[in-house]
Amino acid sequence: MSTSKQFCTFYVDGLFFGVEVLRVQEVIRFQDMTRVPLASNVVTGLINLRGQIVTAIDLRRRLALRERAPDKLPMNVVVRTDDGAVSLLVDEIGDVLEVDERTYERPPETLTGVARQLVRGVYKLKGQLLLIIDTEQTVDLHEKNGAAHSKVA
Amino acid sequence: MGMNETLQQDLIKDLLVESHEGLDRFDRELLTLEQGRGGGDTMNTIFRVIHTLKGTAGCLGLANIEKTAHCGENLLSLLREAKIHTTPEMITTLLALSDALRGMLRTLEATGTDGKADHSVLLARLEELQKIPAAPEKSAASANAAFGLFADEDASTSVAPAAVADPAPASAAFGIYAEETTSTPTTPPIPLPATTTNPATPEPVATAEVSTKPSVADNAIRVDVGQLDKVMNLVGELVLARNQIVANTTNFDQAALLTAAQRLNIITTELQESVMKTRMQPIGNVWAKFPRVVRDVSHELGKKVRLIMAGQSTELDRTIIEAIKDPLTHIVRNSIDHGIESPEKRRGAGKSEEGLLSLRAYHEGGQVNIEIMDDGGGINLERVKAKAVSQNLITAEQSARLSEREAMNLIFLPGLSTAEKISNVSGRGVGMDVVKTNIEKIGGSIDLQTQAGQGTTLKIKIPLTLAIIPALIVTSGGDRYAIPQVSLLELVRLEGEQARKGIEQLYGSPVYRLRGRLLPLAYLNQQFNVSSPKGKTDADAQDEVVNIIVLQADGRPFGLVVDEINDTEEIVVKPLGKQLKGISSFAGATIMGDGKVALILDVVGFAQHANVVSETRDRAMLEDKTRNQDNADLRQTLLLFSVGSDHRMAIPLDMAARLEEFAPSLIEHTGAQEVVQYRGQILPLIRVADYVAGQASLGSTESETLQVVVYSEKGRSVGLIVGRINDIVNEAVTVRRRTNAKGLLGSIVVQNKVTDLLDVPGLIRTADPSFYEPAA
Repeated sequence: MSTSKQFCTFYVDGLFFGVEVLRVQEVIRFQDMTRVPLASNVVTGLINLRGQIVTAIDLRRRLALRERAPDKLPMNVVVRTDDGAVSLLVDEIGDVLEVDERTYERPPETLTGVARQLVRGVYKLKGQLLLIIDTEQTVDLHEKNGAAHSKVA
Repeated sequence: MGMNETLQQDLIKDLLVESHEGLDRFDRELLTLEQGRGGGDTMNTIFRVIHTLKGTAGCLGLANIEKTAHCGENLLSLLREAKIHTTPEMITTLLALSDALRGMLRTLEATGTDGKADHSVLLARLEELQKIPAAPEKSAASANAAFGLFADEDASTSVAPAAVADPAPASAAFGIYAEETTSTPTTPPIPLPATTTNPATPEPVATAEVSTKPSVADNAIRVDVGQLDKVMNLVGELVLARNQIVANTTNFDQAALLTAAQRLNIITTELQESVMKTRMQPIGNVWAKFPRVVRDVSHELGKKVRLIMAGQSTELDRTIIEAIKDPLTHIVRNSIDHGIESPEKRRGAGKSEEGLLSLRAYHEGGQVNIEIMDDGGGINLERVKAKAVSQNLITAEQSARLSEREAMNLIFLPGLSTAEKISNVSGRGVGMDVVKTNIEKIGGSIDLQTQAGQGTTLKIKIPLTLAIIPALIVTSGGDRYAIPQVSLLELVRLEGEQARKGIEQLYGSPVYRLRGRLLPLAYLNQQFNVSSPKGKTDADAQDEVVNIIVLQADGRPFGLVVDEINDTEEIVVKPLGKQLKGISSFAGATIMGDGKVALILDVVGFAQHANVVSETRDRAMLEDKTRNQDNADLRQTLLLFSVGSDHRMAIPLDMAARLEEFAPSLIEHTGAQEVVQYRGQILPLIRVADYVAGQASLGSTESETLQVVVYSEKGRSVGLIVGRINDIVNEAVTVRRRTNAKGLLGSIVVQNKVTDLLDVPGLIRTADPSFYEPAA
């Protein structure tokens, strides 16, 4: 019963992240966006995805990482959530990886802040660590505090 | 096995949809029959509904439904064969049957079984009715006291015990009161003397939870096949047009592309209309249950009501139909409960005993109007006011100043109920405010007219659909926004000089004088913290243009300043993700012609964000009240005059008894007081200029005739010497600035000029402290 899972991977500020491949609806290039005044600064804007209006969330800001250089265009990783599609803006797209469950570990206790809420676990790959983020938590901008436990999907 | 289960589930679903429709038809036809309007088919229809239900339920193994329906069928078949005749009591029992069946259907939907609800009382009753030959009621005489619908009809009206004893428990659980979930003391069911000891157990367990989610019957929709064919055809054409465009984009054939684009345009429009039509439903679908509601409620209250409906075929979008269902039901019940009087009272007032309730729907100006009219006693505004005061919704002082129209609007305040006795039907505080909120939620409005003794008319205006709305597209800070046309009042464009000077600052808040009234302004780019390419703050720019969109939020106007006004467009409303739900300034988003997303402004939410209207609805209402009051005050006729060096002043015209001119030589003195002889009396004179701050009397007594405003109070008169009488106006003047200046009430704007409102009583009191004292 060697269980393995597939993850769609991407890079944000040099870190290597992954989302379960079944949760990813599609990956698209940067799109023109409509900014949303008064919204959280994590929300970059709205994109028109074939007639569906999708909120784009900047993962760098969401994960409290450094700002992206203005000349770099992010990519959209459109994920399915309970509340419809949401786009996560990432720096660069990686491969779809199949990882061995045995390399999984829960995030270390030293992980604090927003990462503690959003990073569900870590796969110890050869040469680098793959951080798995909880998409439901990531797109939920209202519960910023108090949600130290991560929801197991 | 699984296969069978799905099949069973599908069959049950069909049964549910069909049976709910059927039972509605059953109720309707039954009432037709009762009114003696039924034709030969009526009885057949009634019979068939129950017969079909029995058959299908039997096939699916729903024993309880089958048993109940079977019992009803027996009675109905006797009726159909005219072996027995209908009595009001029988109709009531049959309606109870349909309620019972509905209850079991609901249980079936929630739990998958038809439940174990005990309807033995009802069944016994149904069987008993079968025994009665054409001449009704002899063995059931004692039971009749409990069953007889009209038993209490002659009793005093406010006593409303539901004498419909047998169906009472059932209808309390399933009937029209279902949505009023408050635990009110329903009239205890009158014990049944004749029937079994079994106190009919309703099935509240399942129904309570079901009522929250729409049932299968509510989610299904019947669409005309022809309509569907049309949609399918259009979709086919759409595909062709797409192929054409895709083909032509690669080889850049300009002409062909243009043709294809035009075609696409036409097809899309038609498709949109067609799909919209499939969602359109006649309002009659909602009204269909009203005859039953009217019957039940009026019987319960011992009133006689005739229901007239017109315009049932008026079509509305399905979502809107759903949304107005409950408010309409509430209004109908209210009309019977509060509006229409008891037969005795009506007779006393010289009306026919039977009250009239009429429902009318019609299209007008892209909206649907619904009128609910009764010929009852009307609304007692004094009682409404007194109630509002006693519930601390308004102060006694406010109440005294309310106009008739404003008093009427009190009915829509939360928490107000004028029902003197809380009845089963209404007066539980779930009132007209909820109705109003619900109507407004779907972009509608509600208006009330009442005439004491004559009746009440409620007029509801609602949009045809919510999905596609006309909107004004504007640009600010480089982004486009859509503003729903319903909130739009007018557009104002200021250019050149006007643009630079037209907008004034009032403690830092910009205002614009729109026809003499101050219009609070909000800059879209400032509110949204988006920079404008043009740099709005640079007021010196020569070609500066200010675009003001006058909007209405909560009944109050405000101006929205934007960079550019583009166009009006029909936009498709799309929801925002939950990440953005918290921003009340936006109602949704739409996709523009170029594929970009534009946000739709929520005018009320934006107005609150920008603080141009007050935060809560209640406060807005109260302020609205006072504001209206000010309006009413100021709309009274004003006498304009000037004092001293063109100091413009005004007093309400009704304070001036007459206007007189006196030659200065006529002035005489009693002590220090200037007086003239006037109509056989001595009229003391007051030089207004002497008493108003900052004005010295010019003392030009010799040359000009004196302009005098004669003021009278309780037989005493005083003459106010003013400089010059200017005008008498009756225009809407609004702005009022309080002032501490001596002798003045405040400042207003009349004819675009600042004018001080003279405090006449104050002035007289200063000049002659004894003037207001009662004559010795």
